[in-house]
Amino acid sequence: MNIFSLFGKLSWNVFPTNPIAIGGALTVVLSGVGILLLITFLGRWKWLYREWLTSLDPKRIGVMYIIVSFVMLFRGGVDAIMMRTQQITSVGASHGILSANHFQQVFSAHGSIMIFFVAMGLTFGIINVILPLQIGARDVAFPLLNSMSFWMFFGGAMLLNLSLVLGEFSTAGWLAYPPLSELYYSPGVGVDYWIWSLQIAGIGSLLSGLNFLITIFKMRAKGMTLMKMPVFVWSVLGAMSLVTFAFPILTVTLALLYLDRTIGTHFFTAGAGGNMMMYVNMIWAWGHPEVYILILPAFGVFSEIVPVFSRKRLAGYTSMVLSIFAIVFLSFIVWLHHFFTMGAGADVNAFFGIMTMVIAVPTGVKIFNWIFTMYRGHIRLMTPMLWFMGFVVLFTIGGVTGVLLGVPAADFQLHNSLFLVAHFHTMIVSGVLFGYFAGIMYWFPKIFGFKLNERLGNLSFWCWTIGFMGAFIPLYILGFMGATRRLDHYSTGLGWQPLFIVAGIGVAIIVLGVFFQLLQIIVSIKNRRKNKDTTGDPWDGRTLEWSTSSPAPFYNFAVLPVVKKRDDFWRVKMEREEGKEGEKPVYRPFEMPKNSATGLLIAFFAFLFGFGAVWHLWWLLILGLLGVVITAIVRISNDETHFTVTVEEIEKIESSRSHKQYA
Amino acid sequence: METKNTRENTPVILDAVARHEMEDQDSVTIFGFWVYLMTDFVMFACLFATFAVLHNNTFGGPSAKEIFSLPFVLVETFVLLTSSFTCGLGMLAAHHQKKKELFFWFIVTFLLGVVFLVMELTEFRGLIHEGNSFTRSGFLSSYFALVGTHGLHVFIGLCWMVVLLVQVLRRSFTRHVTRRLILFSIFWHFLDLIWIFIFTIVYLLSAL
Repeated sequence: MNIFSLFGKLSWNVFPTNPIAIGGALTVVLSGVGILLLITFLGRWKWLYREWLTSLDPKRIGVMYIIVSFVMLFRGGVDAIMMRTQQITSVGASHGILSANHFQQVFSAHGSIMIFFVAMGLTFGIINVILPLQIGARDVAFPLLNSMSFWMFFGGAMLLNLSLVLGEFSTAGWLAYPPLSELYYSPGVGVDYWIWSLQIAGIGSLLSGLNFLITIFKMRAKGMTLMKMPVFVWSVLGAMSLVTFAFPILTVTLALLYLDRTIGTHFFTAGAGGNMMMYVNMIWAWGHPEVYILILPAFGVFSEIVPVFSRKRLAGYTSMVLSIFAIVFLSFIVWLHHFFTMGAGADVNAFFGIMTMVIAVPTGVKIFNWIFTMYRGHIRLMTPMLWFMGFVVLFTIGGVTGVLLGVPAADFQLHNSLFLVAHFHTMIVSGVLFGYFAGIMYWFPKIFGFKLNERLGNLSFWCWTIGFMGAFIPLYILGFMGATRRLDHYSTGLGWQPLFIVAGIGVAIIVLGVFFQLLQIIVSIKNRRKNKDTTGDPWDGRTLEWSTSSPAPFYNFAVLPVVKKRDDFWRVKMEREEGKEGEKPVYRPFEMPKNSATGLLIAFFAFLFGFGAVWHLWWLLILGLLGVVITAIVRISNDETHFTVTVEEIEKIESSRSHKQYA
Repeated sequence: METKNTRENTPVILDAVARHEMEDQDSVTIFGFWVYLMTDFVMFACLFATFAVLHNNTFGGPSAKEIFSLPFVLVETFVLLTSSFTCGLGMLAAHHQKKKELFFWFIVTFLLGVVFLVMELTEFRGLIHEGNSFTRSGFLSSYFALVGTHGLHVFIGLCWMVVLLVQVLRRSFTRHVTRRLILFSIFWHFLDLIWIFIFTIVYLLSAL
């Protein structure tokens, strides 16, 4: 290790050599260059910079989160298609399209991308877009921090994509267990890419979690006591408390692994007094709460959608809240079920097995509450509701297989098999992904002012659901037949190929669903005049976000609402029906944060830091660090961070808007 | 709550309610900083856990008993504790907006912080010279990581103090500067707290 080396580990051999990897690299480079050229050609740089890149408006930050997540979903999806193709074609004498090493990079990238840059991105995207509106606030507690979190997320994603062009990605799976991820077995830069893209995005997530936690505690509208909050807000509160407790563990774990690889410490090494099972414990002490961080807000989304589309209030509000916090608590005492085979002994395994099964209870409470909400409701089977119904069926199947895996004795048979892979995909796809798809469909008009096409939404739902079953039910069966996960080749006599082909067809149907989703967005933008939401309340909603106009103005509410009941907007609508008209609103000036490039800059320097750390370019690492510090100092030397919105401006904006409901 | 007058005559100036909202923002920031410190605490908790798991994995190298000098660390501890006290005195001065007094106490705090850091680095240097660096064993890796992370925090605190003093010098006690001073003092006391744990768990428990 030479501290003064100018090029570190970089050399001319870092570019990919095999055709598929070259294809990946070219796709990244060309699409990157293409986007930059397109923006230049359209002359939109200034607009982009002013309106989006430096925006501190959580709605815009949320939209950017969602866009990045969809781009990463595309990449993770291509990885999935490559894996399916490999497993269909690599039988007996044929060795498929990927080398073993490349296959390992692909599944490692697929897992890391889907969890960190798709599921997390969608989670924070939806929260950013909707949470301030739902609690009747104009902004989050720390707007600049929010922008910084987003850009760190983006920086991490870009670092991961860069591994397609320069060097290689980790081959050690999405959680990089040592000793495989140690320098001795993985001498390349792959694991370092993995560490630093996760570390940068992870610190962003940690700060975001903190931000939303404080936002919920401190920024709620007057009168909105905790028990009057919408359940989505409760679910975010649960998830964000998990973030603040769990993500520091990830930060430390990744840092220690990097130290092992770089300066030769012995935390997780196989020799010299290291303890690799400590890594596995630590990574899952973060990793298990992480899956609840992803799923809880999705539960929250469904808890908003089901009452609205059933025209009833949510059944069992209190039990919903209690079950969220039961899950929050339990999620920290089940991590060991990810490695029952560690050899901790029967007593320890029994404890963690029972706790794992107990988690099914609060989750079941929620499922029943949603179904009770639908019972005797006026159900409108529109796309968000369809996503919910698909979720209930699939998620219950996934939950039951999870309870099965929670029995240590059964786990010894099923662990590391495709049964497990099928289980967690059922939870994450039908739980997290369906939840956020439903949420995007549901809240789209609030952000953009027009609804998405219903028919194409319907079609994409059916393709996703049927395709999902086609893709993953064979994996359950294959798991029982003994197929292990991360398998790049098997012999013909096992008779697995037909089921792998079925799974491949399932993936093809999912791809069709994605195609319909893209088409849905394009068609809806084209017909946006026809689908315009002029009321601000297109679904006959119940919560505060529907009380302001669509698209919501940058300050969300001209007059901050005062809440009296749960589902307060519903109360207002009912009172209005009874003929009680609200008073004419009295506007008052208020402060809003100015746009700022600080978040963008800090994340850029963090990216340089990460790149320097991956390639051992210590000068770049120091440069990145100095950049972060100096940007922060420049920022705190500037006290003029806010501007005042005057009454005239508010009146001008409000009178140009189609509808004002909360008055 | 508000008269029509203020709205029409002074449209740009914030009214009492809006001003109150801004002061509220300070309490939000301080609350947020407490929660941040909690996450930092979790980070240290992980490092403590690492130390707890690895502290017997000496791999033929020295154990804690053989390499730590308790009197030296005790002096180190008192230096840091004193710096916390002087930081508190500095904050009292800040509340009374006494610039000179604040400067005096913060410079004392700064110097004590530097002494602490130099002592710690001296200890590290000694260990590395004797061949007991972080590459020697799992135990030493975990020791250097835990104590080093605390040292890194102290270093960040020292840099922060310099930035703050420059701000006080240039702008005196504005709302923003006062808030940042409060945040810094919370941070500095927090480092003290962590050190108490390090002193107890790393030094006392392993060396006695």
